[in-house]
Amino acid sequence: MSVPDGSTLLDIYQTATTIRQCDERFLAMLTAGEIAMTYYSPRGQEVISAAVSANLQPADYVVTTYRGIHDHIAKGVPLDLLWAEFLGRATGTCKGKGGPMHITHPASGLMVTTGLVGAGLPIANGFALASLMKADGRVTVCNFGDGATNIGAFHEALNLAALWNLPVVFVCQNNLYGEKTPFARHTKVAHIVDRATSYRMDAVRADGNDAEQMWQVSREAVGKARAGGGPTLVEAVTFRFRGHNFGDDSSYIPPEQMARALTEDSVPRLRALLLEAGHATEDELAELEKQVAVQIDEAVQFALDSPFPDEAEIRRDVYRDEVTV
Amino acid sequence: MTTVAQPVTGARRVTFGEACRLALEEAMAADPNVFILGEDIGDAETGGTFKVTKGLSTRFGTDRVRTTPISEQAIIGAAIGAAIAGMRPVAEIMLMNFTTVAMDQIVNHAAKLRFMSGGMTSVPITIRTATGAGRGTGAQHSDMLEAWFAHTPGLKVVMPSSPAEARGLLLSCIFDDDPCIFVEKKEIYGMRGELGEPGERIPLGQARVARRGEHVTVIAYGGAVGESLVVASQLAQEGIEAEVIDLRTISPWDRETVLSSVGRTKRAVVVHEAVRQFGVGAEISATIGEELFGELAAPVQRVASKNLPVPFSPALERVFLYSRDDIEQAVRTVAGASR
Repeated sequence: MSVPDGSTLLDIYQTATTIRQCDERFLAMLTAGEIAMTYYSPRGQEVISAAVSANLQPADYVVTTYRGIHDHIAKGVPLDLLWAEFLGRATGTCKGKGGPMHITHPASGLMVTTGLVGAGLPIANGFALASLMKADGRVTVCNFGDGATNIGAFHEALNLAALWNLPVVFVCQNNLYGEKTPFARHTKVAHIVDRATSYRMDAVRADGNDAEQMWQVSREAVGKARAGGGPTLVEAVTFRFRGHNFGDDSSYIPPEQMARALTEDSVPRLRALLLEAGHATEDELAELEKQVAVQIDEAVQFALDSPFPDEAEIRRDVYRDEVTV
Repeated sequence: MTTVAQPVTGARRVTFGEACRLALEEAMAADPNVFILGEDIGDAETGGTFKVTKGLSTRFGTDRVRTTPISEQAIIGAAIGAAIAGMRPVAEIMLMNFTTVAMDQIVNHAAKLRFMSGGMTSVPITIRTATGAGRGTGAQHSDMLEAWFAHTPGLKVVMPSSPAEARGLLLSCIFDDDPCIFVEKKEIYGMRGELGEPGERIPLGQARVARRGEHVTVIAYGGAVGESLVVASQLAQEGIEAEVIDLRTISPWDRETVLSSVGRTKRAVVVHEAVRQFGVGAEISATIGEELFGELAAPVQRVASKNLPVPFSPALERVFLYSRDDIEQAVRTVAGASR
């Protein structure tokens, strides 16, 4: 199995640190009362998206879920348009009509963000089916959480994807909590990858905090799908540091579990690896982080300076033709 | 309830089911992006429960006529994703009650993705589904749920009344850029009628005046159109001339045609097989009341099935279903009212 080179790891770090800094900025602005929204922090899942996307082409499709900003950023949704949509502005990816839970930016391949647990999997199959029928060589990646693996749509979709040999990679970002209930209280199945066995689908369990491993695992799965080898279920195990949504204090998470998870935290871990392996110096990483902060400053300012949608916008996009209301 | 054939003058008489198949065949021949998926639809699986897709997998191959597992969410989800990616999928959900299994995909996704994406994506899918009472299929294989879908902005809901309507409307649904629910009343699959020109589409959102009349406007769709026409012919012998409007598209519905007709007749009866409460008839009746209140000679009458699950026993199913007698009674009631 090939290993990611220094430049690849640096790219993954740049994406992951962009996600983390965006998250910190959202949390700070929400805490200060400068903005208001239902916000689902990706903290803990940054490296998964960054490493998977490092193996995708711009034309490849991504479907994700309401906790999805890490997937949006990793797939290349422009930060200014993303921030504008999160803030409900006319300049956002969806003209302010979707919001944080429904980011769509086809130009980046980010096709659907759903607010319904598990609903993305059957739709991801559709993108993959179109690619199969058109032989366009695209791969679809579908992201979802561990909570989605106990809903019917997950099972219908896995069965169909395996049956039709679809070019899709299902990435379960297992953050060990579905809403406020721990994984072990959702199912007696020990590992999510075990689910794939019954559908005769390849599956691999990976440390979602290990950038090298995530890159390798997703490279293999994406490559296999592109080559006509069919779907894979990837279980990327990580942790959810900032509750189900903003305002959730995670009081139900045992402090020792939280403390242990922090020692595995993916972004600092990748940073240490880059330094240790000599892929970058402390100064170079500090400079990279500074540049990311500047980009986010600009995106936030763009969003804040953008107008809210005109009221006439409400009549558009219900159907192809405008409606009267 | 018996069914009514369209008047026939030419030689091209086909059944309602054959007309649906013709539309699928024409659409698939015209556009390689059209494909169909659903349970049992391939010829190896007998060409569909109602044989509507018979012959299509043999002609177009199993790549474009995809028999699926019994997985309604997976069927609709696959149609949605493929549609966003540029295809024009036609998903067959064997019976309308089974659409309930896929409601998340239909209501939260197909209906809303265009809006939620600010028009960045669209979902040009057609969901064909069969249903209807009258042949003892009971409470879970007979429901008319069109009002559920019509209550969801973003969906188009279509219900044809004859072979020609089925073919022309289905073609329009397939090539429409929005998600369409196409409801086939299974008890009229055998209805025969004449077809229009090959490939002829009937525009969505436009009602048809199926019969001219000056005294009462009867608004119906699907199987209720034929029933209403029979009653209208009988009443004409007594000098009561009913105008029968075939709504064709339930959502968005043709308010102009309906309001213009009722504006003339001052009397309206809405007829559908679905249960009365919170139904399509309530919406149409309310709109007529809002727009024409001072001009009406009588309150709008609704003819519908009773507010019950569909019973199995023929003795009970008869009681559940609306009847020609109900239509006749309602027309007489409004026709008898004078201003």
